Amino acid sequence: MSDDKAVTIPAQTTGEPSGGAATLTKDAAPGEVLLKVTGLKKHFPIKKGLLQRQVGAVHAVDGIDFEVRSGETLGVVGESGCGKSTMGRLITRLLEPTDGTVEFEGRDITHLGVGAMRPLRRDVQMIFQDPYSSLNPRHTIGTIIGAPFKLQGVTPEGGIKKEVQRLLSVVGLNPEHYNRYPHEFSGGQRQRIGIARALALNPKLVVADEPVSALDVSIQAQVVNLLDDLQQELGLTYVIIAHDLSVVRHVSDRIAVMYLGKIVELADRELLYKSPMHPYTKALMSAVPIPDPRRKNAKSERILLKGDVPSPISPPSGCRFHTRCWKATEICKTTEPKLVELRPGQQVACHHPENFADQAPQDTVLLTAAKEAAELVADEVLAESAQTSAAVAAEVAEAAEAETEAETPEAAETPEAETEAEILEAAETPEAPEAESPEADAPEAGDSEEEPPAKEK
Amino acid sequence: MLAYLIRRLFAAVVMLVVIVMVVFGIFFLIPKWAGVDIALSFVGKQADPAAVEGVREKLGLGDPIYAQVWEFFKGIFAGRTYTGGGDSIQCAAPCFGYSFRSEQAVWPVLTDRFPVTLALALGAAVLWLILGVSAGVLSALKRGSLWDRGAMVIALSGVSLPIYFTGMVALSIFVYGLDLFDGQFVPLDESFSGWFGGMILPWITLAFLYAAMYARITRATMLEILGEDYIRTARAKGLKERTVIGKHAMRSTMTPLLTMLGMDLGALIGGAILTETAFNLPGLGQAVLNAIKNQDLPIILGVTLITSLAVLVANLVVDILYAVIDPRVRLT
Amino acid sequence: MTDLSKSGAAVGEPTAASPAPSAFLEVRDLKVHFPTDDGLVKSVDGLSFQLEKGKTLGIVGESGSGKSVTSLGIMGLHTAGQYGKRKAQISGEIWLDGTELLSADPDHVRKLRGRQMAMIFQDPLSALHPYYTIGQQIVEAYRIHHDVDKKTAKRRAVEMLDRVGIPQPDKRVDNYPHEFSGGMRQRAMIAMSLVNNPELLIADEPTTALDVTVQAQILDLIRDLQKEFGSAVIVITHDLGVVAELADDLLVMYGGRCVERGPAEKVFYEPRHPYTWGLLGSMPRLDRDQQERLIPVKGSPPSLINIPSGCAFNPRCPYADLPKDNVTRTVRPELAEVGSRHWAACHLGKEQRERIWTEEIAPKL
Repeated sequence: MSDDKAVTIPAQTTGEPSGGAATLTKDAAPGEVLLKVTGLKKHFPIKKGLLQRQVGAVHAVDGIDFEVRSGETLGVVGESGCGKSTMGRLITRLLEPTDGTVEFEGRDITHLGVGAMRPLRRDVQMIFQDPYSSLNPRHTIGTIIGAPFKLQGVTPEGGIKKEVQRLLSVVGLNPEHYNRYPHEFSGGQRQRIGIARALALNPKLVVADEPVSALDVSIQAQVVNLLDDLQQELGLTYVIIAHDLSVVRHVSDRIAVMYLGKIVELADRELLYKSPMHPYTKALMSAVPIPDPRRKNAKSERILLKGDVPSPISPPSGCRFHTRCWKATEICKTTEPKLVELRPGQQVACHHPENFADQAPQDTVLLTAAKEAAELVADEVLAESAQTSAAVAAEVAEAAEAETEAETPEAAETPEAETEAEILEAAETPEAPEAESPEADAPEAGDSEEEPPAKEK
Repeated sequence: MLAYLIRRLFAAVVMLVVIVMVVFGIFFLIPKWAGVDIALSFVGKQADPAAVEGVREKLGLGDPIYAQVWEFFKGIFAGRTYTGGGDSIQCAAPCFGYSFRSEQAVWPVLTDRFPVTLALALGAAVLWLILGVSAGVLSALKRGSLWDRGAMVIALSGVSLPIYFTGMVALSIFVYGLDLFDGQFVPLDESFSGWFGGMILPWITLAFLYAAMYARITRATMLEILGEDYIRTARAKGLKERTVIGKHAMRSTMTPLLTMLGMDLGALIGGAILTETAFNLPGLGQAVLNAIKNQDLPIILGVTLITSLAVLVANLVVDILYAVIDPRVRLT
Repeated sequence: MTDLSKSGAAVGEPTAASPAPSAFLEVRDLKVHFPTDDGLVKSVDGLSFQLEKGKTLGIVGESGSGKSVTSLGIMGLHTAGQYGKRKAQISGEIWLDGTELLSADPDHVRKLRGRQMAMIFQDPLSALHPYYTIGQQIVEAYRIHHDVDKKTAKRRAVEMLDRVGIPQPDKRVDNYPHEFSGGMRQRAMIAMSLVNNPELLIADEPTTALDVTVQAQILDLIRDLQKEFGSAVIVITHDLGVVAELADDLLVMYGGRCVERGPAEKVFYEPRHPYTWGLLGSMPRLDRDQQERLIPVKGSPPSLINIPSGCAFNPRCPYADLPKDNVTRTVRPELAEVGSRHWAACHLGKEQRERIWTEEIAPKL
């Protein structure tokens, strides 16, 4: 079944030049696909009654596809219940997927047993949110950090103790503290211990689930910087799962936005933050309180979403966001939008994306939910989004410019980013989207020029 | 809520059937596999072979197992006639068996003795709840004080001292020493004051043991609850401390106590053997003790069934009360 | 059992000498200390501020900085329901609308709680009693302070739920907290705290437990309600974004003391304490271009049992060696005016700090 998926899912994104196959064939080690997830699903059954019949399931992760390239940081954001943590546990195989495949370095690891996973555990490590509960209080940190060596039966050069002390100094802790217990450390230091443990076996991929959210602001920055340094020194690949959009923007190269078990938008950082396409992404970012008192009363910039995230037990039909979206039309209720690359480096699952041509322009009847939601969206925002749809050709060019601008300094910054940019260039030629524009883009750009703003308030 | 009740009730009935079968299995099947002659144990070792044969026939021990179980079940609801060995014995509707040894049906024995045990258990429960819960709450509120430490030392001794010891001590002080009570059981229908006088010492003795346990649990739970955020919210509303403790904290403290109470009451109703023995009360516990001494299997079987039934009913009541107290339970 | 509520903390210095202040809320030299086995925890160690009606004060600090302890102190919740031997030691003065709360009769303070001053807590799930319906809890809060029958009180509860934006309030009023979503619970909590039209509302991390889109809703609600009710609001949070949204004035706490206080704009744009710089530098910002690197504060927050001598921030301060004579490690700096209505407690010279901020710190943010 998983094989079927592997074939059908990329078919969704036909015409998209950054298909897995294209990048996989590339030789360059950094930038090649390290982890590839296809149609990944995890449903937690809900059992009820005397006989414990299954009466439903929590659709925690409900069909997601993405890739993680070697040396990059993929950020995953979303609100509670969007399935981001479950996703993290699926790709590290701490949970067994219901459906779909997980490939690590081109090898299908979806259904590997405990024994077969063991060598892989060296390459894939996890950092947890709570530095208090994830360290055994009865073990010294020497034992904790040294445990992976014992489990894997590896003896590092110079013995475990020496290696552990080296790791401690790598994460900025005093190697002399080898024999102390976790309670003798502060929250930030414990998180460093967690990181040292994850790094012990020199992994290729580190999945960090909310690595800084339990920490104080001043400590958060220390840990963020540490993760940054380690990536540069050791060439690590990160998947960082967090709810804090500012932190995710700071650490990530690419960002996936999740909503109710689906990826609604997956884009390069700058693209995502400068011109988000999915209305949910836009709302999410506008909701982040800005630490600037001068903008205190700039309410017009904010999109307030109505109500709460619906239950993942019975997610809404069609587009899962349609119950809270101010742009939702009939098609959103009936047809689930596919995650398509609308702009190089920006995949979106939306019928009526922001900052881009409408994907379903024929459908103009707003749902009642959308009308209600629109009341919460400032007129300025609505007007602006209508405008952007109209002037999409200009937008595309502008965005491409912005992208190149954004990428040039970055490329100079780090070798990883550089190689990643190379791949992007090879695949998508962001410098000249008009000239060599991929098939997918061309007709849409044409559409948008003819198409007047799909709907206005 | 209704669905919850129905589910619980259904579960209780299923449980009851299972219990009857298990008990039957223990009493009839295991000896059979072990090669012991059941009929013999129903009559007594000195009985003549003809009587043993009669019992075997009366009980249908030669029949297949399912038939025996069925007969037993039917007896509980429809009564039973034991025929064989030339005579037949009638056992009226709730027939929990017939004691061939003492030549009486089991059910009347149970109904004779059940009220005594029930009165002992309920009376003691009222006492220990009042004592234990209030001592526990006070200890929690005065944590670390002399009162708290004193109460907890007494509670510890209450838990650790065996009941026949405290029973004997109580008897020697109040009956033989101070001569406050008669120390003799008097049936309720003869004299209320006599009955009450006879029961008060068993109540106190039994309650002492349980009050100690309940005080400890109450104290621990109350301390935990007092640290809850919603208690702080209650205070932030401007509620009087009495209301905060008496209403908000007590309601939460009650849930674990209730669970304990259900199990304890159920177990006690099956017979507080030690207490009944120490105070010579004609309850179920004493009956079963005598039955064991006399190897009177049907009585033991009857009491076992009644005990299981009592535990089951008590737990059902607890489940229902639990749902009344904690709205979250109703969902599951 | 009534005497229990009075057996509260040791009430500090007599306050008859000090005159009643003109501000609606004035806290003077508030100290809250907790005796423990390991020593005296000085959670709040000399805190002063004023707050007028209709204004919002933001108290910012990391965990253990004493910000929550301050709020509970104002509400009198350290003394109420404190059992056992270990009692919080509270001293100083808290003047609320002309009444000094620390020396007042505890029962009088109790009557002010919920009516004149109310509080919203961080986690609405644990702050609401799981066994009572939302309606019962709001009705209770109303009826403590208003002599009305249950029906009237319930009408009031429905009205409040409607006001805080709970759909179908007449039905939801009979729901239990677990039947509400996180955002709805916090709305209900707000409805409960506002049911008696309090003049002072303390919100302790009101949105920390919520998702970002729900947080935006709640911040919006708090802001609207304040406009409507004209109450004084204290927002306690670690999130500078949240205070920037709500607060007029800002108070930055570190190690149980105020290190900087002033109008929010001043504190954000002309901060005059290295710790405030540290907070601003530690925070990735969505509204700016991507920072290359965050500028964290080194080390960890101090233990409140062993607060460093001198300036509590000195072990983590990159400029601790600039002032002469090792003064940062020996003398505790007092709050000094650095601008109009703007104070900071630092040994560095005023001009020196101005220069460091404009030349070294601000460009990197």
